Amino acid sequence: MTEFWGFERPDGSVGVRNHLLVLTPMDCSYEPARKIAAQVEGAVAVTQHHGCGYDEMVANALIGAGRNPNVAGVLLVGLGCESLTSEILTEGIAPTGKPVETLIIQEEGGTLRTMERGVRILQGMAQDVADLKREPFPLSRLTLAVECGGSDATSGLAANPAVGVAADMLIDEGGTVIFGETQEMTGTQHILARRAFDEETGEAIHAMIGRQEARMRAMGVDSRFMSKGNVDGGLTTIEEKSLGAIRKGGTRPIQGVLENSRAGLDSPSRPGLWLQDGTGWDVPSVTHMVAAGAQVVAFTSGRGSTTGHAIAPVLKVTGNPKTYERMRDNMDVNAGTVLDGSESLRSVGERIFWAVVKVASGRKTKAEALGYQDFIVYSTSRIAERLLGFC
Amino acid sequence: MKKAIQIDEKDNVATVTSDMEAEETVEVLSPDGEAIGRPEALGPVPFGHKLALVDFERGDRVIKYGEVIGVASRRIGVGEWVHVHNVESATVPTSAYRGE
Repeated sequence: MTEFWGFERPDGSVGVRNHLLVLTPMDCSYEPARKIAAQVEGAVAVTQHHGCGYDEMVANALIGAGRNPNVAGVLLVGLGCESLTSEILTEGIAPTGKPVETLIIQEEGGTLRTMERGVRILQGMAQDVADLKREPFPLSRLTLAVECGGSDATSGLAANPAVGVAADMLIDEGGTVIFGETQEMTGTQHILARRAFDEETGEAIHAMIGRQEARMRAMGVDSRFMSKGNVDGGLTTIEEKSLGAIRKGGTRPIQGVLENSRAGLDSPSRPGLWLQDGTGWDVPSVTHMVAAGAQVVAFTSGRGSTTGHAIAPVLKVTGNPKTYERMRDNMDVNAGTVLDGSESLRSVGERIFWAVVKVASGRKTKAEALGYQDFIVYSTSRIAERLLGFC
Repeated sequence: MKKAIQIDEKDNVATVTSDMEAEETVEVLSPDGEAIGRPEALGPVPFGHKLALVDFERGDRVIKYGEVIGVASRRIGVGEWVHVHNVESATVPTSAYRGE
């Protein structure tokens, strides 16, 4: 049985990193938050750009980010007049048992006082966190998110199927995998529904993809059609295009659809493969899968994405050997070895699986070592969702 | 020898990993890396495109990623290029991509 080395949290979840999260309810308080985080080792500041009104979807994502087991402690920095208050965020995060502190700039008396107190609070957290020790845990305590961005013809051929092999291996050892990007699933509803754990999940898959197709239609786009570039690259049907994207989730039964909306942000309730209803935009998609509890991310890119995440390590896999050579600073795994037959898909998949276990046990990904801290919260348009009858 | 990858063992098409000329022989590798055949390309097949591993009659299902990606719209022979000219989607008429 494979084990990884992580940090157990008070709620029983297992972190693979010990981030101190400086969380701001909206961007008005981000500047001091960023400076506080810059002053303390292991701290990272994140924000969102949807304004200070209360948007349940944004609140869900920020709470999920704070709850993620990779976060050892949270400092909330608010301005004071926002509707999405620090109390709402604290209420969501504090039940995990991790330390959650709050500073309100208007109450502290300005930026400098807030920064000074913030640095002192985080300094103490950083000292406490240093006492935590990694311990071995079974893979049933690990959740991997899979994502793609900057795809090319090698993505569906090498990188995604290889990550799929790793996803299957993780699930076979009791682990959990989340994949999202609803708009990439068009035309494969019937296939995904057939792989569903139960009938209810199958219906949820049809409903989820149906909603996304309706959103696209409302914008005047038929999401079932492919571009000339897709066809020139060798994609024959929409099914083939979508299957190439979803193959990175592997081939195991789908346990359920994770809600990611104003109604809530679900986390997987048991191990196995889960589908998150989410955006096709890569960084927010990763952010919302991390908010749903993923501790590690496997990210495929043919053309060469540079992304890394503020909360979860992002392991980047390319199926394009030229991209791997040109962008060695950004790419962790070369899956392009399958193209010349020097390695099988299965063998590359096994390498990815072991790389995930190593990263979960503390090894830094290339994006982490370079200090990447991407974090984007997204929200669907409340107006559009109302008009379409979705909320 | 040039290679083609069978992504799932149920697949009846393989994806070529370099541009193929007509009459060139290609080695087809299974997901486990085993050579499962050496068909001859019946015509040119561009990088990233598909090659038939079996003979298809019109209406036969084309399988890639272990799933049906479409049906043959006419007879396809082993080693033939498989694309929008001889496969129809079950979801969207492929003829739309051909500008018909």
